[in-house]
Amino acid sequence: MGAVHINAKDIHYTQLNEQIRTIVARGGKEIILDNILGQRFIADGLRGENVTITINGVPGGDLAMFMSGPTIIVHGNADHAPGNTMDKGTVIIHGSAGDAVAHSMRGGRIYVRDNIGYRGGIHMKQYMGKRPILVVGGSAQAFLGEYMAGGLLIVLGLNDAAPVSERGVGSGIHGGEIIVRGEVEEKYLGMGAKQQPLTSEQRAEILPVIEDFARVFNIDKEPLLAAEYSRIIPAHARPFANKYTWE
Amino acid sequence: MCGIIGVIDRRRQLMDGTKIKEALASMNERGSGEGAGYVAYGIYPEYKEYYALHVFFDHIREHKVPLEDLLEKWGTIVHDEQIKTCEQPNLRKVHTPWRYFFRPDPTLMPKSTTPEEDIITHLVMKVNSERNGALIFSSGKNLGVFKAAGWPEDVANFYRIQDYKGYLWLAHNRYPTNTAGWWGGAHPFNLLDWSVVHNGEITSYGTNRRYIESFGYKCTMYTDTEVVAYLVDLLVRKHGLSEKMAVRAFAPPFWEDIDRMPAKEQELNRAIRLTYGSAMMNGPFAICVANENTLVGFTDRIKLRPLVVGESGDRLFISSEEAAIRRIDKDVGNIFMPKAGEPVIGRVYV
Repeated sequence: MGAVHINAKDIHYTQLNEQIRTIVARGGKEIILDNILGQRFIADGLRGENVTITINGVPGGDLAMFMSGPTIIVHGNADHAPGNTMDKGTVIIHGSAGDAVAHSMRGGRIYVRDNIGYRGGIHMKQYMGKRPILVVGGSAQAFLGEYMAGGLLIVLGLNDAAPVSERGVGSGIHGGEIIVRGEVEEKYLGMGAKQQPLTSEQRAEILPVIEDFARVFNIDKEPLLAAEYSRIIPAHARPFANKYTWE
Repeated sequence: MCGIIGVIDRRRQLMDGTKIKEALASMNERGSGEGAGYVAYGIYPEYKEYYALHVFFDHIREHKVPLEDLLEKWGTIVHDEQIKTCEQPNLRKVHTPWRYFFRPDPTLMPKSTTPEEDIITHLVMKVNSERNGALIFSSGKNLGVFKAAGWPEDVANFYRIQDYKGYLWLAHNRYPTNTAGWWGGAHPFNLLDWSVVHNGEITSYGTNRRYIESFGYKCTMYTDTEVVAYLVDLLVRKHGLSEKMAVRAFAPPFWEDIDRMPAKEQELNRAIRLTYGSAMMNGPFAICVANENTLVGFTDRIKLRPLVVGESGDRLFISSEEAAIRRIDKDVGNIFMPKAGEPVIGRVYV
């Protein structure tokens, strides 16, 4: 089966997802959705290997929620929480995204070329071999990596603005790591978060991810590979042990 | 969760209601079919000197005459008519919407510096708190609110919203959470020139309500949003604050941020917080406020509700979702999400 085009103009997301599932069930590997405008929940819970869905337009919230396997490429901005609790696969956004990007994400990758809203990477988690990755090319708004429990979140600050210059970075973080190009002003660090320079091993670990991001968006990788990065992690092993539990 | 959208044309070029209906309906998922509404500015040019009172009557025969007697006591009814509606299969018509063009008699409020506005405010508060089968849900000049308990398309079709032409529109799709949905509880909430739509909840409602009622306003709609309309009226119209400063009072910077400001700014922000502590709004919210010249959008200070802004030529759009804005103008540019608590203001040029 070759690439399948769907003209999504004024199609409700329920019918749209039914069509997508039918195509994937029949062995379709490439789906192109044209005239997307605000449809929520696209490709939610969709499973499949080597399936690519291209979205031309502006999808609604919770894109690729619970998705496991496929690749989604968005030519436009995404709304709230793309990659919500996503399990596996890739979401590439040629534009910006709304609040709570990668909400509770548990595996796979999300690349956002431009900016993200508030609470990017909230509640990201990891377990055994599952380690979600969110990379943002531009900048993030406040409460980046709030309550983060695992995974890797990288913000590059490529659009002439600092990666993040708002409050609450890593607020309530108890696992995973937030990497920013340069560093975050101390006043913007959230409760329970601390900032450190990267060790050479840590740097070696993230550079391939950044290189891949540059490849996907066709950005010059050299300045990124040469840049300095900082790492924001939990201040203690269990920073909120005394807040929520009694022992 | 609710859906909001607002648009202002800074040159006052008129837009009919077709697109705003489509934009609001595209966010149907944000509502529950229990409330939707629209307000348009510039729709009554032939009566623009008079206050356009939109009224819900429970029973025309019983409740119309007492209201008219009251209005005649405070001024002159220049013209009145039933608001044109078109029955919709999915919308139960529980009230009859009526409009009056009304001229208050300023000599009846001799001690006031703004007698006409004060008469209208008095009438709205009196009628709505006495609840005698009539409810005034719109009371500004050259503007009108159209709302009901239903889905966005049904409410728009019921009022034939496409027949109205305004240079500034607000629209709201309601998902009632803390109180039941009803016609009066649908947004926009309006008083005089002010209209408000709101997504979220004002958890400080009790404090805000006690504060605003101490100035003679009465909260009667069983929902939090109306308090915002009265607070804006008090702070901006009565106290003379700019819209920007009013938003500063509603969603002020944190004390720790104020501590880091330059001395002069610190002084101003402390003064606003201390003076208007009871007007500060807590909880998650994204709000659009309009008056005849201005559209203002802002969120709570930790940004617990979405707000997207777009611009295209003379038009400024503010909405819960970018896609809703693109329903009106698919090529809208300069899309951005404002910072928490920071107002986005669009003003007409003249």
